[in-house]
Amino acid sequence: MEREVQRVRQAFLSGRSRPLRFRLQQLEALRRMVQEREKDILAAICSDLCKSEFNAYSQEVISVLGEIDFMLENLPEWVTAKPVKKNLLTMLDEAYLQPQPLGVVLIIGAWNYPFLLIIQPLIGAIAAGNAVIIKPSELSENTATILAKLLPQYLDQDLYIVINGGVEETTELLKQRFDHILYTGNTTVGKIVMEAAAKHLTPVTLELGGKSPCYIDKDCDLDIVCRRITWGKYMNCGQTCIAPDYILCEASLQNQIVQKIKETVKEFYGENVKESPDYERIINRRHFKRILSLLEGQKIAFGGETDEATRYIAPTVLTDVDPKTKVMQEEIFGPVLPIVPVNNVDEAINFINEREKPLALYVFSHNNKLIKRMIDETSSGGVTGNDVIMHFMLNSFPFGGVGSSGMGAYHGKHTFDTFSHQRPCLLKSLKREGANKLRYPPNSQSKVDWGKFFLLKRFNKEKLGLLLLTFLGIVAAVLVKAEYY
Amino acid sequence: MSKKGDGSAVKDPGAEPTLGTNPFEGTLRRLREAFHSGCTRPAEFRAEQLRALGRFLQENKQLLHDALVQDLHKSAFDSDISELIICQNEINLALKNLQAWMKDEPGSTNLFTKLDSAFVRKEPFGLVLIIAPWNYPVNLNLVPLVGALAAGNCVVLKPSEISRGTEKVLAEVLPQYLDQRCFAVVLGGPEEMGQLLEHKFDYIFFTGSPRVGKIVMTAAAKHLTPVTLELGGKNPCYVDDDCDPQIVANRVAWFRYFNAGQTCVAPDYLLCSPEMQERLLPALQSTITRFYGDDPQSSPNLGRIINQKHFQRLRALLGCGRVAIGGQSDEHDRYIAPTVLVDVQEAEPVMQEEIFGPILPIMNVRGMDEAIEFINRREKPLALYAFSNSSQVVNQMLERTSSGSFGGNDGFMYMTLLSLPFGGVGHSGMGRYRGKFTFDTFSHHRACLLCPAGLENLNDIRYPPYSDRVQQLTRWALGSQSCTLL
Repeated sequence: MEREVQRVRQAFLSGRSRPLRFRLQQLEALRRMVQEREKDILAAICSDLCKSEFNAYSQEVISVLGEIDFMLENLPEWVTAKPVKKNLLTMLDEAYLQPQPLGVVLIIGAWNYPFLLIIQPLIGAIAAGNAVIIKPSELSENTATILAKLLPQYLDQDLYIVINGGVEETTELLKQRFDHILYTGNTTVGKIVMEAAAKHLTPVTLELGGKSPCYIDKDCDLDIVCRRITWGKYMNCGQTCIAPDYILCEASLQNQIVQKIKETVKEFYGENVKESPDYERIINRRHFKRILSLLEGQKIAFGGETDEATRYIAPTVLTDVDPKTKVMQEEIFGPVLPIVPVNNVDEAINFINEREKPLALYVFSHNNKLIKRMIDETSSGGVTGNDVIMHFMLNSFPFGGVGSSGMGAYHGKHTFDTFSHQRPCLLKSLKREGANKLRYPPNSQSKVDWGKFFLLKRFNKEKLGLLLLTFLGIVAAVLVKAEYY
Repeated sequence: MSKKGDGSAVKDPGAEPTLGTNPFEGTLRRLREAFHSGCTRPAEFRAEQLRALGRFLQENKQLLHDALVQDLHKSAFDSDISELIICQNEINLALKNLQAWMKDEPGSTNLFTKLDSAFVRKEPFGLVLIIAPWNYPVNLNLVPLVGALAAGNCVVLKPSEISRGTEKVLAEVLPQYLDQRCFAVVLGGPEEMGQLLEHKFDYIFFTGSPRVGKIVMTAAAKHLTPVTLELGGKNPCYVDDDCDPQIVANRVAWFRYFNAGQTCVAPDYLLCSPEMQERLLPALQSTITRFYGDDPQSSPNLGRIINQKHFQRLRALLGCGRVAIGGQSDEHDRYIAPTVLVDVQEAEPVMQEEIFGPILPIMNVRGMDEAIEFINRREKPLALYAFSNSSQVVNQMLERTSSGSFGGNDGFMYMTLLSLPFGGVGHSGMGRYRGKFTFDTFSHHRACLLCPAGLENLNDIRYPPYSDRVQQLTRWALGSQSCTLL
């Protein structure tokens, strides 16, 4: 393991991942890989999650392509130095922020969107000029295998490598030193990753999870609301970190919600959900059993059918759920939707705030004031109002958690920034030493006053600027006149 | 706050079951309750806190000056430019821009979300902890505090117990100015800090050594608390053959010996050719004499070492290499003369640890390439300096190395620019602050998308079942052009 990491580090130190042209080339190669080997990639994702090709394409591949294009378009601009506002003392100097790569970064993926959650960070890491070690989740075996097979065929083989393995290999890997670690997964392992990173003072981005609440107000169009929730909840068989985990609403709405979700499920997946090509399966037996145990003692309003052999769990809704029961104690990550009745929005807000900050928060209402209040009085990684999942889709948005749902963010430019060091630079000349006499000892009161003048009086800059301009204007006018005579 | 495994999603803000009588429990609970009450959110509250902080600085200037003299033998001029004025600047900037900083940042929408409202909301994290060191005890406590307050957090401040004079002023006087529901100063040494770190904070901002930085981050990991670590390292200073040695000497000496060298961004050691060294030495001697007189110990402009422990540590470093300039020390005064060492070996202690004192070792290199190689073999420093008339040399140094910040042809002048963030990379730290960057550091950037409640037809394309036609349409529409979207 150590040797592999060393090899990648040597490759980074050679400097070849830094030039813009190289980064663009690698991104283009990645794009080619996704397009040319689409069939293989889709087949791997499909067999890991019992997903239809179309779903795999629309949930993972499209986003990846979009991200690569976005990066290719904007990278030339992002790598340039950004000048910053100067003060009186630095007026004649160059002051700017120069983005630089961090070095060797580690990306640890998750199994639920096994391709997307590796490639999307990888795109930004390459764009920022780093070398990358990729550790796909071992639970999504086929995707892990295909990544290990394809990436070396298209990308630089020393700068970007795939290391596969289970807990033991990951633990070994975490003992090595990296310049940034981006981890997607659960809270428990998130802590382990951060603790391992602390030994090397490695900064981390942790994309974790939690129970994303979904508040449904009385004042809304339940038909539409339930369609959107059904889509977001049962997508990928509920195995989405930003799926609406549970619903909060007034008790009187429960029955209607159940009915409408039931109808929508039928519309989306047909009478026999098990036969629908668009409905996925639980990743493995352990999670299947875990989700099953969450149903114990619950009022199943509809759904609840399971088949262990195929790891199938039907789209399920629970009503009148007691917050102290197991299903409300852990992130469900499955097609089970509990409804917890609350009396009003105040109670909903309190309920949410009593719990760990979630990765996403959803609120459905025609009343914009209520939505605003929900946002103002709670905290979460992100929010979508009157829909679910969608805030993930905007690549201008940072995507990340807060509190136990994570730290740091990525997507689009935020990935580039995450994997870069924005280095502040101030370049002076060796001339004009006279001006520096002000700061050199021995000091006097007059120096203190002058010091204050230059450091405190920011607004003078504008006036001075104007003064200078006027002066220059006069000089220019004089010169022009001199030219003519 | 212990939880059963990964299970319990319900917080229990009051209970600390395994900690027994932890001295900070009551204070932290009070602050957390205040945060939950929402009192720190309105802009007016935050502005009032900032104004109060400004008044604290103005009304206690003499007290603070005296404390800084007591702690570090800092002259009034030095105290003003490196501590008080900087804090005042930060407060003014925050007050002027608070509304703008707090405003939701609009996000750009794509084809499918054009009809939505997209913005990034800056939210306070909650209860934040600021741990400050002793070398710029006012600056390094208050500048992070400005950003934390502006961002709407409740703050626990832990000043260093080593800078006792300043610690006293911050503990006894500062709380009288700020709203004590939302602000507390906690005191103590390493043991108390250990107890403090057992608690959960929503953000920890630490300035200090890499060794303690690791301890802080490890403690933070237990609660998944995000951190900013402003650490240190050995800041290299490359002096090219092509430059005026006197000017370089002026600039390097000023930044090196300021605060008796106890500055995290001070040039730690020099890299130059033996020829340049020959020209630099007399120039440095001349500068030092001009700055501090023939008897630097009697100069009011030279600081003292913070305590005996550091004094002894530094005195031992004087034995490395050969003393070319200075080398005198006085234990009773904790005085160490502005010193330059030559003939230093890389393995010697003075080249192994951050010096943090008025000692400047010179290492010889044969040119820029060797200097870059030397620098890149070591941990990434907090600052890096390069002196040369040739902008090509300066730019090469910049491009081929990494460091927190970079200064070309000068020392840490960039610290006066609030538009430049300040922070380390690698062993010199993570995260950054100053000016708006502090506000951003102490804020959670929450992505918010408000979709239209109606217009459901537009969504139909994303719902199953996906007929062949729909599949084709989707692939065509979204295939290569747009951003991420189903």
